[in-house]
Amino acid sequence: MVQNTNNSKIKVTPIIIDARGPRFGAVITSIVLATALATNNVWVIVAQAIVFAIGAIKGPQFTPYAFIFKSLVKPRLKKSGATEDVRPPQFAQTVGLLFALTAAVGSFAGLELVFTIAVGFALAAAFLNAAFNFCLGCEIYLLLLRARSK
Amino acid sequence: MKSLLPIALVLIASTAYGIWYQRTRGRVVVKDRKDKAGQITARMIGAELGPRVTVVQFSSAFCTPCRATRALLSDVTAGMDDVKYVEIDAEEQLELVRTLDIRSTPTTLFVDRNGQEVGRAMGAPKRAQVLTAISAIR
Repeated sequence: MVQNTNNSKIKVTPIIIDARGPRFGAVITSIVLATALATNNVWVIVAQAIVFAIGAIKGPQFTPYAFIFKSLVKPRLKKSGATEDVRPPQFAQTVGLLFALTAAVGSFAGLELVFTIAVGFALAAAFLNAAFNFCLGCEIYLLLLRARSK
Repeated sequence: MKSLLPIALVLIASTAYGIWYQRTRGRVVVKDRKDKAGQITARMIGAELGPRVTVVQFSSAFCTPCRATRALLSDVTAGMDDVKYVEIDAEEQLELVRTLDIRSTPTTLFVDRNGQEVGRAMGAPKRAQVLTAISAIR
């Protein structure tokens, strides 16, 4: 027996994309963030922040990484892969943007430790997504809602 | 601070977490039956309880495995007359989420005829895990 609850946000018809796109993006993002961490170069994180901003505002299917996936990677993959709703990766891009902005502001303010910690957290999330198919929205969104409305 | 130490720390910590994450997601954890807080009523979930089992899935909009879990649980329970499947948007039921201590999505509760939560899975469970959990409930 299946009983559906009404009307909610989980039921709206979502925009569906190839799930391998955001996963590929997470691999590139991990490499970029690791480079930022290794070189302490704020401009690397500024560039990544722009990519995150595109993913967060327009959608993860419009980032430069998604473009590389569509034009170079996807044609070389044999089978069609699993699909996913754009909203979970879009949420992850938004969280990434917040960490990247924090890192950039910290660096410009001369706070090296803020830069290192913020980039470190962003790298952890991107690497977990790339290597373990970690779903950031699944794990933190409810906790954020619960913390906010206490 | 041009050093590879931060990268090494992040990669080691996230790999350890990632391995734990993959091992635990989807696993049905049997709940202590004496736990009174686990009592679930028809009013809480907005639907009558199933005659033998109620499967309650908490989902959210930013959750990729929620879709797969919905498809699996709908499919598994569709042919079972004494099992009911209910999906709840966690965001709309924050009070219930707090009462039942739901921390992530998807979280699936396996509830017996008396409304007692007997099992809980965080993350997308596999078909065999769902079938085992349902058949264990009398």
